[in-house]
Amino acid sequence: MIQLKVNGVPRKFEGDPEMPLLWYLRDVLQLTGTKFGCAMGLCGACTIHVDGVAERSCLQPIGKSAGKAITTIEGLSEHGDHPLQVAWKEANVPQCGYCQGGQIMQAASLLKQHPKPSDEQIDAGMEGNICRCGTYQRIRKAIKSAAGVKA
Amino acid sequence: MSESIDRKTSRIELVSRRGFLGNAFGAGAFVLGAGILPVNALAKGAASLNTTADTKPIAAATWHPSIFIGVETDGTVRIIAHRSEMGTGIRTTLPMVVADEMEADWSSVKVQQGFGDKAYGSQDTDGSESITDFYDTMRTAGATARLMLVRAAAAKWGVPSGDCTAQSHFVVHQSGKKLGYGELAALAAQQPLPKPEEVVLKNPSQFRYIGKGVPIVDLNDIVTGRGVFGMDIAVPGMVYASIERPPVLGGTVRSLDDSAAQKTAGVGGVYTIPTFTAPHGFKPLGGVAVIADNTWAATKARKALKIEWDNGPHAIFDSEVNKKQMMETSRKPQKVARKVGNVDAEFAKGGGKVIESQYYTPLLAHVPMEPPVATAYYKNGKVEVWSSTQNPQEVQNSVAAFVGVKPEDVTCHVTLLGGGFGRKSKPDYASEAAYLSKQIGKPVKVVWSREDDIHFDYFHTTSAMYFKAKLDDAGKPEAWLQRSVFPTISTLGDPNAEYGRSELDMGFTDVPFHLTNHQVENGPAKAHVRIGWLRSVANVYHAFGVQSFVDELAHAAGRDPIDYTLEILGPDRTIDLESEHTEYENYGKPLKQFPLDTSRLRGVIEAVRTKSNYAQRKAALAKGRALGFAAHRSFLTYVAVITEVEVDPQGKLTIHRMDLAADCGQVIHPDRVLAQFEGAAVFGVSLALYGEITASDGRIKQSNFNTYKVARITDSPRVTHVYLVPNGGAATGVGEPGVPPVAPSITNAIFAATGKRIRELPVSKAKLA
Repeated sequence: MIQLKVNGVPRKFEGDPEMPLLWYLRDVLQLTGTKFGCAMGLCGACTIHVDGVAERSCLQPIGKSAGKAITTIEGLSEHGDHPLQVAWKEANVPQCGYCQGGQIMQAASLLKQHPKPSDEQIDAGMEGNICRCGTYQRIRKAIKSAAGVKA
Repeated sequence: MSESIDRKTSRIELVSRRGFLGNAFGAGAFVLGAGILPVNALAKGAASLNTTADTKPIAAATWHPSIFIGVETDGTVRIIAHRSEMGTGIRTTLPMVVADEMEADWSSVKVQQGFGDKAYGSQDTDGSESITDFYDTMRTAGATARLMLVRAAAAKWGVPSGDCTAQSHFVVHQSGKKLGYGELAALAAQQPLPKPEEVVLKNPSQFRYIGKGVPIVDLNDIVTGRGVFGMDIAVPGMVYASIERPPVLGGTVRSLDDSAAQKTAGVGGVYTIPTFTAPHGFKPLGGVAVIADNTWAATKARKALKIEWDNGPHAIFDSEVNKKQMMETSRKPQKVARKVGNVDAEFAKGGGKVIESQYYTPLLAHVPMEPPVATAYYKNGKVEVWSSTQNPQEVQNSVAAFVGVKPEDVTCHVTLLGGGFGRKSKPDYASEAAYLSKQIGKPVKVVWSREDDIHFDYFHTTSAMYFKAKLDDAGKPEAWLQRSVFPTISTLGDPNAEYGRSELDMGFTDVPFHLTNHQVENGPAKAHVRIGWLRSVANVYHAFGVQSFVDELAHAAGRDPIDYTLEILGPDRTIDLESEHTEYENYGKPLKQFPLDTSRLRGVIEAVRTKSNYAQRKAALAKGRALGFAAHRSFLTYVAVITEVEVDPQGKLTIHRMDLAADCGQVIHPDRVLAQFEGAAVFGVSLALYGEITASDGRIKQSNFNTYKVARITDSPRVTHVYLVPNGGAATGVGEPGVPPVAPSITNAIFAATGKRIRELPVSKAKLA
């Protein structure tokens, strides 16, 4: 049996330890804000925080998540008011919206590491997250706005 | 694709709580529908909906309602969004138009997604035409509701309705007394339907939301992970399916060993889906499905299937061989699609400077971030489907045909779409889910992996183009010949089709230059994969060919590409293809209303040149940097692009800046329009730099984002500027028209920077150093 915390709630899982966290979150817990995009860690749609650091949930088997604290986009803030969520809304970033949870989770991790990120740090931090609608310019803008750095 | 029916016929009807709205509205609500179908279609379909009429005006109705407005007694205004949301903002924008005309307070509006139902008219969210086709209808619907609310208040007060006005969710009498929309709901429902001539639209100066915009209705859900996409549907008792499809189009299962798969934990069965009989249309490809109690178990067990395939005739398909054949075809005389003057005679005269060039573009995959996904439940001859689909009525039709029920017995719930780009107009995946549910007797969710998505797409077609022009001493083209060869979308319905039709009218027959001798030709090509439409369709390759060739001619003439383009564009005029007897679809819209107007193309070219500071920047470029230009009309909208690139000594390409000017007529929701062009810039970068699907032995070689790359934040322009050129005309498309000129603006910039002419996409295949 695997024990872990998801968005602060203790959880137990007795199924296939090879099941990626992605499918555990989506199919078992119905936390569907974490999206499936590629299953190879190439697109970032499934980005979550494991002990506060951005990870691709499609690559991480639940068997290796025992004792970890998992945060999903649903748990990033209690009232949807994380500075990035606020900035995302102000800049009207999303188009279809599918990748945006992963983008925000990645950006939140980036800001923990670099509270005032440079352009290069934003690029390096966000390069793994694909947005097929092409909202990158607004993603940059929203990250800078949340970080209080000049656009 | 465009449809030629006139969907603008606008009728309004009272429909308090019709059967097909289910419980969308509370008791006592005032519900109004606006018809969008042509009159003859209305009578035909009326019976199915005209069932639960409970007030006299409804019983009198003889036609089909389509969009619906409801006012609840608590003042909530519900507006049905009948088009699909895949990122354009249409689910917000059309209801916003209704609310504005209705004088509804947006904060009291709730948007509900409509089911698939032909009563709505076309729900095929495709062809960049939602606003063009429905703007007037939505305004009329809102204005009718406003008038009925005003009349209801006037009747209650016993005053002339002319003394009352609607103001932000209230009807106000000139004495100052007022009643809220909720208080008026029941009374408004008793009002007779106004005559069309009594309905007065707002003066644009009175608009609250139109031309200004509101945040998209799903914004908060999206940033908190609560938006519901097709991928997120969960139905009680649901099982999950992962399908191994024939690797070659039309292949069948020769032998199957599913013993290992059946033993995998969580697996609930293995089922074979029959391979389609031609034509393939939107039918499933066939294959073997593994059913399990979660996605992971289904995926894992599928890998344990042992299948031998009979591949069929398309196993010969090799994209390199195909390319050579298409290029050869494009060098020979072909079927004429447009003829002005006599190019043959002009070339035969000799003299001048003759320029010939060939271009090639590969197959492309759509790769929306959300792969195809559908959930279906077949029960007692009826099917319920939940899917991210651009075309819920096609879901009804396709599923019905595949599982043997009537379309009206298929209910299609439309979720948010995690991108569409044309892929999700084709509901083969919904039919897979319905078929499996019928076999199993449980709701089934079919999830396509990214590999499935790329291997089994309805690909954007590959094309070979040939151009030849003769320039006089001043560089002016005296003769211009252009040929295009591509496997056609028509193979969906006729696998043997070899010539295009709609495709030619997307940037090829409608080349806007002022030419005395001009010929457009189309040569044959066979399709070996499913061909579909992708954002901006044939304009992708035709704009690449035409705009690259113009740049080549400008270079040969020793001219600035923008000056040269403006010169060969000739005097401002509308191009009268009808009087030339050239067949031309004009995106399904009349040329009289939406002419090919070269002054509007000139307008966006001059706008982007001025606003991007082109001349000054061109004169002061840093080493390795250059500007490239392209302009193109598609989906009735005119777009010009200037791109600044840098190619470093190692051949590394950076796109520093992209400026786009667009003339799309009236702008309804400026921020979402800007967003579409910003996104088009990135979509264009993806296909220009990386997009390439290849095949050998009939099998697609690419499989995921490592082998089929799309633009990341680091590839996209460092800065994108979008300028909307003011135009009082009717609103035209914005979802697609930004895409076509992007790729040639990049490759023309690369030429300016390096002297290397890119005649084949993607750019990543070329050595730039």
